[in-house]
Amino acid sequence: MFTLQKKDTIDQSSLYTVPLIAIGCSLIFVFILFLLIGKNPFLAIFIIFIEPLLSVFGLSELIVKATPLIIIALGLSIGFRAGVWNIGAEGQFTIGALFGGAAILAFYPTSGIWILPLSFFIAIGGGILWGMIPAFFKARFNTNEILVSLMLTYVAILFLSGMVYGPLKNPEGFNFPESRLFHDSGTLPIIFPGTRAHIGFLIALFLAGLMHYLLKRHKFGFHVKVSGESTRALVFSGRTANYMVYLSFIISGAFAGLAGVIEVSGPVGQLVPAIPVGYGFTAIIVAFLGRLNPFGIFFAGLLLALTYIGGEAAQIRLGLPNAITGVFQGVLLFSLLAAEAFTKYEVSLKKMR
Amino acid sequence: MQNILEIDGVSKSFSHIQANNDISLYLRQGQIHALLGENGAGKSTLVKIIYGIVKPDHGSMILNGKRYEPDTPEAARNEGIGMVFQHFSLFESLSVLDNIMLGQKGNLKKDSILERLDYLQNEYDLHIDVNKTVAILSAGEKQKVEIIRCLLQDPKIMILDEPTSVLNPSEVEKLFNFLRKLSEQGMAVLYISHKLHEIKELCDTSTILRNGKVVKSCDTAGITINELAQLMVGKAIDNKIKLSEPKQGHVLDIKNISYTNPDIYGTSLKEIKFSVNFGEIFGIGGISGNGQTELMKVLSGEVGLTDGNQILYQNEDISSLDINERRRREIVFIPEDRLGHSAVSSLSLTENLLLTNLWDHNFFSNGVIDTNYADDKTCEVIKKFNVQCNDAGSLASSLSGGNLQKFVVGREIIKMPKLVVCEQPTWGVDVGSASLIHNFLIEISNSGSTILVISQDMDELRSICHRIAIISNGVMSKPYDVNMITPEDIAIEMAK
Repeated sequence: MFTLQKKDTIDQSSLYTVPLIAIGCSLIFVFILFLLIGKNPFLAIFIIFIEPLLSVFGLSELIVKATPLIIIALGLSIGFRAGVWNIGAEGQFTIGALFGGAAILAFYPTSGIWILPLSFFIAIGGGILWGMIPAFFKARFNTNEILVSLMLTYVAILFLSGMVYGPLKNPEGFNFPESRLFHDSGTLPIIFPGTRAHIGFLIALFLAGLMHYLLKRHKFGFHVKVSGESTRALVFSGRTANYMVYLSFIISGAFAGLAGVIEVSGPVGQLVPAIPVGYGFTAIIVAFLGRLNPFGIFFAGLLLALTYIGGEAAQIRLGLPNAITGVFQGVLLFSLLAAEAFTKYEVSLKKMR
Repeated sequence: MQNILEIDGVSKSFSHIQANNDISLYLRQGQIHALLGENGAGKSTLVKIIYGIVKPDHGSMILNGKRYEPDTPEAARNEGIGMVFQHFSLFESLSVLDNIMLGQKGNLKKDSILERLDYLQNEYDLHIDVNKTVAILSAGEKQKVEIIRCLLQDPKIMILDEPTSVLNPSEVEKLFNFLRKLSEQGMAVLYISHKLHEIKELCDTSTILRNGKVVKSCDTAGITINELAQLMVGKAIDNKIKLSEPKQGHVLDIKNISYTNPDIYGTSLKEIKFSVNFGEIFGIGGISGNGQTELMKVLSGEVGLTDGNQILYQNEDISSLDINERRRREIVFIPEDRLGHSAVSSLSLTENLLLTNLWDHNFFSNGVIDTNYADDKTCEVIKKFNVQCNDAGSLASSLSGGNLQKFVVGREIIKMPKLVVCEQPTWGVDVGSASLIHNFLIEISNSGSTILVISQDMDELRSICHRIAIISNGVMSKPYDVNMITPEDIAIEMAK
C-alpha cells in the first residue's frame, strides 16, 4: 500500500518547479485528449497556446481577460496566505460591477473625469460590503466562510439579474435585459487604439507591485505571514484571529469589486446579466498557480487568460467545444495540487500485511 | 536472573543527526532499569526501536533468546513488549471501558475483560470507575487506564516514558509501589526519566545516554545523584548566581480573578489573588492542566476578562488593556510553547523578534518595517545570549530547542522589563541552556526586574524563586516562602 510521509525539508526551488511541472503535465493531458478525439494534437496546442500570442488582436484580448483575473487573485492571495478561504470572489466581483455600473448610469449623460474614480470607490465599497457578510458570520458565529461566501455568489448574480431586468433596464432598449451603454465619461480609456486593451491592465500591474511591497516590507504583510503559520502566534503579537478574517475579506472584496467595475466600464461598456463569467473562480487557480506571490499571480493571470482566448479559437477553428477551456483549467489546478503535494510529502511503498 | 532483552550495538541516524550510536543494553527479568539522559540524548529513539516504531540502521536485539526485529508496534506487543507513553493516546469522549476494549486484539468478550480488570485492580491497586468518561479523569487516572490497557496484553517487559511528569507526589508514590510489585513478580521494567532522585529511589540499574551514546551502565545503589547528573550532562553545571532580596511594595496585585473557560475540557480560574513584590521572583507550581495556561493568557491579555476582575500593575488596572498596551508598560510575556506561540518556526529570527515588538515605533516608520534596525536588535540578542545560529536571517526551525528558547527569553529580557511573566521557561531545553536561562532571570531580578514564573518543575521553582504558590484545579494556594515549603505542603496543595 502507498503511504504519504511528510518531508523534513522542502526544496526551495519548488517555488518555480511546481507551477512548471503542473503546466507540463496539463499539456501532456490535453495532448492525449486531442489524440483520443481525433484532432491533430500539435495543431490544436498551437492554435490554443501559441497563435493568440502572434497577433496584436490576440495580445490585446489577452490583456483584457487577464486584468480581472490578476486583480481578483491578488486580493484572494492575502486571505489564502492567512488561512481565510474566500471562495465567493465571483459574487464580490458581480456586486462591484453592479454598484460601479449603477453609479455610472446614475450620472448619465453628465460628463466629468470624476465619474470613473467615484464609481470605482462605490464598486470597491460594494465588494467590501459583500465580503463582510461571510466575515461577520465567521467572526461572530464561527460559520464556515467557504460555504457562506460561495452561496452569496449566487445571491449576487440573481441580484444583478433582478436589477438589469428591472430598474436599470435601458429605457430605450426595446425591453432587452440590459442597461444603457455607458457614456464616454463612464468608459475606461484605451491604451492601444483599435483594440479593447484598456488602462485597467496598468492598474493590475500597479497593484501587483504595491502588494509585493506591502507583503515584504509592511507590518500588514508581517501579520498576514504570521496568521498563515499560527493563530496563537498572531494573537501573541497583538492581533485577534477575527482581525485577520475581516482584513482578508475587506481586501479580497475590495479587489474583486474593483475588478468588477473595471470589467463593466472597460470591455463590456454596460450592465448585462452575463457579466459574471467565472473570473472569480478562475482567479482561485490563478492565485495558487502564482504561488500566492504578486508577480507569480501576474504571470499566472496571463496564462489562464490565454486558455480563455485559445479555447475560443479552438471552437472556431477546430470545431472543439468551448468546454476545452474549463477542462484545461481543471487539469491545471489538479496537477498543481498534486505537484505541490509531492514537494511536501514523499511516497513510500509499505507491504500489506 | 537471566537477560530477557539484549540490545547489541544499535545505531540509528536521521539525515545528519546520529540519534543512537552503538548502544548496548541488557535488561534482566524482574529488573527496574533506568534509561537516563537529557532531552535529545537518544532515549526516545532507542525506545521507538524497541517498540517497533523505528528501524535501526545497525545492530541487533535478542528477546528471550530469539532474534527480535519488530516491524510495527503491533509486532512488538505480540512479542510481549508493553509501552506507556508520556502523552496519552486515549479517546477523551469515550468511557474508560471503551478505551480499554479498543486496545485489545481479537474478539475478547466484554465479560472476560471485566473479569480480568477486576483481578488486575485488586492485585495491583489500580482502582478506577470503568464507566467514567476519560475526559473527566485526572492525569493520574488517565495513566492508570494506559497501564491497565498495557497489562491486559500480558507483557513481559514494560516501558514507561517519563511517567511521573504529570503526577503529583502521592500519585508518584503509588506508581512506584505498583512498579515494585510488578518487578517482584518477574516483569522487567524500562523506566525512562531525567529525574535523578526518582531513579535513585526506584531503579536497580541505570544506563545513562549522552549524545546518542551509552556513557555508563551501573548499579544505582553504588552511585550518588551528583555523579549521575555529571554523567548525564557531561560537564559540571554552572553555579547559580546568588539571588538578592526583594524590596517592599507590590508591582503586581491580582484581586480575585475569575475566568470561565469556554472550552468544556479546559480549566476555569477561580478567585485567584496574589501580590508580587518589587524585585521578587514569584513561582507558581502545579501539575499541568490545572489552569496555568489560562492564567498566563489572562495575565498577557490574550484572553479577555469580564468586568469586575482587576489586575493592578503599579496601581493601574491593566485588565482591559490588550497585550501590546501591556508590553508598552514594560511587561514582557514568555509563554510555554516555542512552536507556534512565542515563536514561529518558519520565520527568520528577525521576524520572530518583530513578533513581540509590533507596538514599538523604533521598528516602524508609517507601518514600514525598518529591517536594518530589526536585524541589529536581533544580532544583539544572538550575541548577548549566546544563541547558536548562522545569522539573524536563520529560520527559527533551524535552531535547537535550547537555542530557540534562549532567543525567545533573550528577546524579552534584553529590554530590561519591569515585569516578566513566563511559563515553563526551560521546558524541553537541555540542562546547559536551562541553567543559562535561570541565570539570566536571576540577573535581571537582581537589577530590579520582577519575575513571575509558572512552571511544573518544582526543582526549578525552588532553585530560583523567593516565594512559591501552587495552582490546582484553577484555585491558587497561599504563597509559601521557598525555604519553608515542604514536599508534604506541595503534595497537599496539588491534591486540593
